[in-house]
Amino acid sequence: MNNIPSHLKYTDSHEWSELLDDGTVRIGITDHAQGLLGDMVFIELPEVGREVAAAEDCAVVESVKAASDIYSPVSGEIIEINTELEENPELVNQSANQDGWLFLVRPQDISELDKLMDANAYSELLAADE
Amino acid sequence: MTIKQTPLAASHIQANAKMVDFGGWEMPLHYGSQIEEHHAVRQDAGMFDVSHMTIVDVSGEGVDEFLKRLLANNIDRLKSKGKALYTCMLNEQGGVLDDLIVYNLEPEKYRIVFNAATRDKVMDWIHRHKKGFYVSINERDDLTMLAVQGPNARAKVEAALPAAVSTLITDLAPFHSVEVENMFIARTGYTGEDGYELMLPTNKITELWDALAHSGVRPIGLGARDTLRLEAGMNLYGADMNETVNPLESGLGWTISWEPAERNFIGRVALEKKRKDKNRNKLVGLVLETKGVLRNHQKVMLDGQVIGEITSGSFSPTMGLAIALARVPRSVSGMCQVELRGKPVVARIVTPPFVRNGKICVELDHKIKSTTGAEEL
Repeated sequence: MNNIPSHLKYTDSHEWSELLDDGTVRIGITDHAQGLLGDMVFIELPEVGREVAAAEDCAVVESVKAASDIYSPVSGEIIEINTELEENPELVNQSANQDGWLFLVRPQDISELDKLMDANAYSELLAADE
Repeated sequence: MTIKQTPLAASHIQANAKMVDFGGWEMPLHYGSQIEEHHAVRQDAGMFDVSHMTIVDVSGEGVDEFLKRLLANNIDRLKSKGKALYTCMLNEQGGVLDDLIVYNLEPEKYRIVFNAATRDKVMDWIHRHKKGFYVSINERDDLTMLAVQGPNARAKVEAALPAAVSTLITDLAPFHSVEVENMFIARTGYTGEDGYELMLPTNKITELWDALAHSGVRPIGLGARDTLRLEAGMNLYGADMNETVNPLESGLGWTISWEPAERNFIGRVALEKKRKDKNRNKLVGLVLETKGVLRNHQKVMLDGQVIGEITSGSFSPTMGLAIALARVPRSVSGMCQVELRGKPVVARIVTPPFVRNGKICVELDHKIKSTTGAEEL
């Protein structure tokens, strides 16, 4: 079954966002997305310092099955990337919601998070797709 | 079309398989991680449900003459009982109708094993061309096929079978088979590793599957089956060859038996012409020594011109980088470019196989940082 934690926010392109205590936002792909894509083999992450707009593609996850663009759910500056994924892309499969996070954004406007789906809405989206 | 289930469907579900539709059959794609399954076959042992494959016995006084006409390789190479031969079946234009393995069962009796997706087409072809030959055709739907592959596969199969059977297969040479107590066991496969392909009565298959699982043989899905065969440089029908291309342009020239010249197999005339054509294509291996994954149908380019196409591309778990089979003009060698997500990237042309018996067989220019296996390069 898909793991859809209630403290995360979701996009319809299957990214999750987590608002951290320091006001930054951690971003990854959902458990549902990793399951669809299968084993990850390469993860291409944005450069630290890059400014991204909400819904802008800024990373690529490539699995044995397909390459998939990743869109930042919020606007802001990339302040950290998950360098572990360079050597261990399978972390995205093993722990999509935690250890397999992709990048950290310092958001321009935190209210952008309110436009994203909560866990219930995302579960309904997945149910509707089945 | 109704989706067919294999006799092992319940075992797959129990093993948490992700099931997909493959040529009208519901088959396991993976059981969690296809990369882990791939490594299990290269390093230990894995088993594949291949019960969707078509098994047909061909026998009768005229069977030798019939198969010499039907197949591009020559069954005269099957001198000893039990010997196996890989061959293409061609149309009159030299195009590949299917690839198959033919086993010599006994005098005037052969078993052929071919793909699931081509079943109706091939059976129709066989029945149309048997006219004038004294042969009988027997589809063996009562048999189910299981492949067990990997460096420890044979020992584990032998331990799972009755001692009377094990003693008969333990000295089986590669590409040989033996029939014993309702079971047909061949030392063949589609992974580049040692192992067996077993055909047995359908009601016995679950028992063997369970016994092998108990001895630590992992179930392997179609995902890993594809990366294993690609690393081994083995063609996939429908991807690397089809009815519109001939074996010479599919890396399968070695499977054509030209001698004796008077053996008039179907497709020979067209192939003789193609054999003299210096401008024909060839199937080569490609290695991508940068990040990214080669995929089927990506364009292959030289100096900005499209010269060919990838027929099978994927990520090689053993090498930790992308590899492919591609069809390009015969004169091309060295480096080329592949269009990857809209951008040209450099790839190196190599001669398959990429991996055999757990070892990488192509030289790599430099290390690439990636997933497992990279440290062994």
